[in-house]
Amino acid sequence: MSYVNHADLGGLEGFGRVVMDDDEEPFHGEWESRVHALALAMGATGCWNLDMTRSARETLPNYDHLSYYEKWLAGLEKLLLEKSLVTHDELAAGRAREAPLPVAQVLRADQVPAVLARGAPTMRPANDAARFQCGDKVRTRAEAVSHHTRLPGYLRGKPGVIERVHGAHVFADRHSQGRGEDPEWLYTVAFEAAALWGQEAKPGDSVSFDAWQPYLERA
Amino acid sequence: MSHDHPLDHDHNRNHAQGGHSELSAVELRVRALESVLSAKGYVDAVALDLLIDTYQTKIGPRNGARVIARAWVDSRYRERLRRDATAAIAELGYGGRQGEHMIAVENTPQQHNLVVCTLCSCYPWPVLGLPPVWYKSAPYRSRVVREPRAVLAEFGVQLPAATAIRVWDSTAEVRYLVIPMRPGGTDTLDESELAALVTRDSMIGTALCHT
Repeated sequence: MSYVNHADLGGLEGFGRVVMDDDEEPFHGEWESRVHALALAMGATGCWNLDMTRSARETLPNYDHLSYYEKWLAGLEKLLLEKSLVTHDELAAGRAREAPLPVAQVLRADQVPAVLARGAPTMRPANDAARFQCGDKVRTRAEAVSHHTRLPGYLRGKPGVIERVHGAHVFADRHSQGRGEDPEWLYTVAFEAAALWGQEAKPGDSVSFDAWQPYLERA
Repeated sequence: MSHDHPLDHDHNRNHAQGGHSELSAVELRVRALESVLSAKGYVDAVALDLLIDTYQTKIGPRNGARVIARAWVDSRYRERLRRDATAAIAELGYGGRQGEHMIAVENTPQQHNLVVCTLCSCYPWPVLGLPPVWYKSAPYRSRVVREPRAVLAEFGVQLPAATAIRVWDSTAEVRYLVIPMRPGGTDTLDESELAALVTRDSMIGTALCHT
């Protein structure tokens, strides 16, 4: 298994108490705000997609030791290097040494409001009929995969119920690998907490997630 | 700065950097990156400043509080919010990036809703702004799906035994907004006074609204 996702944290133990923030500031330090803006602006160039961004961050070998915006920074540098948009030498020197590569778009200030307002909707026309409908009993795929996925480990191989049908959406697993949008039906699937955690769960409590159809089989 | 990794505060500091610079290692690295990207023409400095200003001053939890207060005073709006949150939220002028497909889940005496993204940090930016550090932290992401009541207790929230908890793990591009229960004794308050009672955490599900 060559793909290691360090971000799949649901249900893991040993992280201790939740430490609340002292304020409602979105950024702590100016550099965090610069990293956030740089990541959004580079995302707008079209050199990669959001699923590739998530994949770049979750596979950082030192993921556990980085603060949130350090992950964004390292993920951004990784993608820029992979696409040969910058070189290691340039990052070390802080100056451009090679000619830039052409990019599809450079985000200008007058475009920012419209680009943020539009966002990046992922719903697409469906290529086929939905396999499941509300109330159907399903089971999530049990096996691990060796690429980016949005099926968390703690929800693999578990019995649940289809609760909502969202339409077809860009399929993150393939989109992250540059294999196109390949829309798949997306569902909210609900699980009894006891089906996930056994007796430690309180009866009646539940967990749900949003699952693309390839994550599911009929139970 | 992450609270769950106290070492970050130390390893970012780089006092050996020539003596005259007070910038930390990470600050220098970000500055270098921005210089290269600007020089190559991939990013526009004015656009970067506008992005920062947008998320620092224009998009935040006050947007969501307006949505909730409207739902509390207008039952038809509340119905639209429950049926098609993206459209109902757009009525108040909010939407777009990281809120392209939104769903509002309503707290009741029977069910309390909590939102998490165990895989990263998915969060409804147009109504809540950027997520707090705790929401993105390993303790919250790992524990809230497994022991929601213990996590709520750390936030000072004690639910009645009869209230079931639903945890919504935001794994795709659907974003969840919790509609907290309207506190009692607020019949005489107007919409803006009600909005002032709606906290960010109450719209994630880690707090209740109080007068």
